[in-house]
Amino acid sequence: MNIHEYQARDLFEKFGVAAPRGKMAGTPREAEIAAQELGTDKIVIKAQIHAGGRGKGTFTNGFKGGVHAASKPEEIRELAAKMLGQTLVTHQTGPSGRVVHKVYVAEAADIAKELYLAILLDRGTAAPVVIASTQGGMDIETVAALTPDKIFKEPVHPLLGLQPFQARKLAASLGLHGPQASQAAKLILALYKLFISCDCSLVEVNPLVVTKGGEVLALDAKFNFDDNALYRHPEIVALRDVTEEDPREVEASKYCLNYIGLDGNIACLVNGAGLAMATMDIIKHYGGEPANFLDVGGSATKEQVAAAFKIILSDKKVKGILVNIFGGIMRCDIIAEGVLAAMQETKLPVPLVVRLEGSNVELGKKLIKDSGLAVISADSLADGAEKIVAAVKAA
Amino acid sequence: MSILVTPDTKVLIAGITGGFGSRHAQLSLEYGTKVVAGVTPGKGGQTFQQVVPIFDTVAQAVKETGATVSAIFVPPPFAADSILEGVDAGLDLVICITEGIPVADMVRVKAAMKGSKTRLIGPNCPGIVCPGEGKDSHGGCRIGIAPGYINHKGHVGVVSRSGTLTYEAVWQLTTRGLGQSTTVGIGGDPVNGTSHLDVIKMFNDDPDTEAIIMIGEIGGTGEEEAAAWIKENCKKPVAGFIAGATAPAGRRMGHAGAIVSGGKGTAAAKIAAFRDAGIAVAETPSVMADTLIKHMQALKGK
Repeated sequence: MNIHEYQARDLFEKFGVAAPRGKMAGTPREAEIAAQELGTDKIVIKAQIHAGGRGKGTFTNGFKGGVHAASKPEEIRELAAKMLGQTLVTHQTGPSGRVVHKVYVAEAADIAKELYLAILLDRGTAAPVVIASTQGGMDIETVAALTPDKIFKEPVHPLLGLQPFQARKLAASLGLHGPQASQAAKLILALYKLFISCDCSLVEVNPLVVTKGGEVLALDAKFNFDDNALYRHPEIVALRDVTEEDPREVEASKYCLNYIGLDGNIACLVNGAGLAMATMDIIKHYGGEPANFLDVGGSATKEQVAAAFKIILSDKKVKGILVNIFGGIMRCDIIAEGVLAAMQETKLPVPLVVRLEGSNVELGKKLIKDSGLAVISADSLADGAEKIVAAVKAA
Repeated sequence: MSILVTPDTKVLIAGITGGFGSRHAQLSLEYGTKVVAGVTPGKGGQTFQQVVPIFDTVAQAVKETGATVSAIFVPPPFAADSILEGVDAGLDLVICITEGIPVADMVRVKAAMKGSKTRLIGPNCPGIVCPGEGKDSHGGCRIGIAPGYINHKGHVGVVSRSGTLTYEAVWQLTTRGLGQSTTVGIGGDPVNGTSHLDVIKMFNDDPDTEAIIMIGEIGGTGEEEAAAWIKENCKKPVAGFIAGATAPAGRRMGHAGAIVSGGKGTAAAKIAAFRDAGIAVAETPSVMADTLIKHMQALKGK
């Protein structure tokens, strides 16, 4: 799950991570008031979407840039009017862009130095690690590739947590001294507390800045939360903005289905994440293009399977469907019932290949056969993939 | 022989009274697995299906029944506690089936388990099967959620992060007349108890395992580490498959651990590591067993 910049700013405030002052606005008038309240002539306004590259993006109305500086509240109001309700296209949004529903109006920092700070889970050591770099404002993977000596890592003991000396060490390695080093260490410890308390899988502050006035501030942040832990964080779940997500994925999540939309035209419905990925791979292997990843899980109900079909068919690119079930926990007859229910409801407009194996396989196959519906049966995964690719090409 | 468990292994099931746990406890009993105890706090003294005594704590279950392995079916918020309870009771093996445990919980559990004698498999895994001698491999040790009938007693070791891909591989082996020594699902989470490498080492040492199928997927570097070890140390034929070549970067593909991030954990890198280690790579998930058979024949011919 991702959150907006203004929401990240609220989390920073709650946990004592120093950041520039600012306020979210939903109308040009609100933006103007927010700017007035800041009481400064160095103001910045930022479009709030879940995608990077906002500064260099372009609105579909022709207005350039999702991030602007201004000195007067009236200017902020005018800028907000050009952004709100408009669609912003950046290199991360894809050509369709995202509609800007909110802007963030903040005090512009007078930047002397840009640094980088992140906390994430290191899978290799199964523990959090704090990463800092003197190369702020850049993509960290690029820094890692070009100048690995400018990246500093501090592994965290999983039971002790980040120790104050480690935060001081990181601050020193960033080249900070005296009061600035202390400010940075304090910020790092606060950020770690936030990371643990909110069950984050990643918090990235890029850039972390030192202002000309000597303050150390978190200027922009990217958050990822552990989906598995959301059940114990209703306050984080409340930050979810479904307008930023693929509507098919939002619909799927309502039914506890794992769906990810892709660009191809052969949809698949599979039980188990590994087999679902492998099914996408084999569709590609036989010359087709997968339209989605869809794992119906280990204990799907008839209703879930029917919902899965509706979501698949809401994608107009889909020209064929491959159902691939190896029943372990999942019973093949349940899948068959769901498939049949969905077919009767949706009058399936595209070819459907079904491959069933595992628990109650005979019953599942019989249900499909007895239905008299136009389902192409497959005996193996390869057989299923070949048949659906051929059926789509023939259509 | 097999690795980790045998048909005589005494198993306790944590969460035996839940819908998920009871269904698979029943299936394991029918398979002939020695399910000797169930544990559900607050339901001690009851009996599951008139045969399996239920206890309030793992320690009581171990003391009364001599169980050495627990299978965990409890919901995610209670799973970390259940793993640690098994460690405290001195179990040899804890197999955690539960999917959806917060990563932070697993980070703490893993750190707390350091130095203990207990091995953890999973979480978010299908479990272990050691096939038996009977019809449809009955009489074996089935711990977890795999279908029993697909297995067949034999000499191929199977290790995988994914449940259903494991079943796919096992079924391919069985239908081609190749049985399995043990099948181990290590689970799809980013932080787990047992790695590909741990299992590969056990298969390499197991005189009853003659060949290995290793199934991986995008995310992490566990497959690469196992491949590097195989290159230097493993004398047995290994075939492999990696799922997720068509998965978009930065998206979590169902399994919490299946994500390409920062250019790391790609299918291409893992397949290259497999090839470099002399592992025969299955081009599609449909030919995992065939790839192993061909590889074994090629090695015999040398």
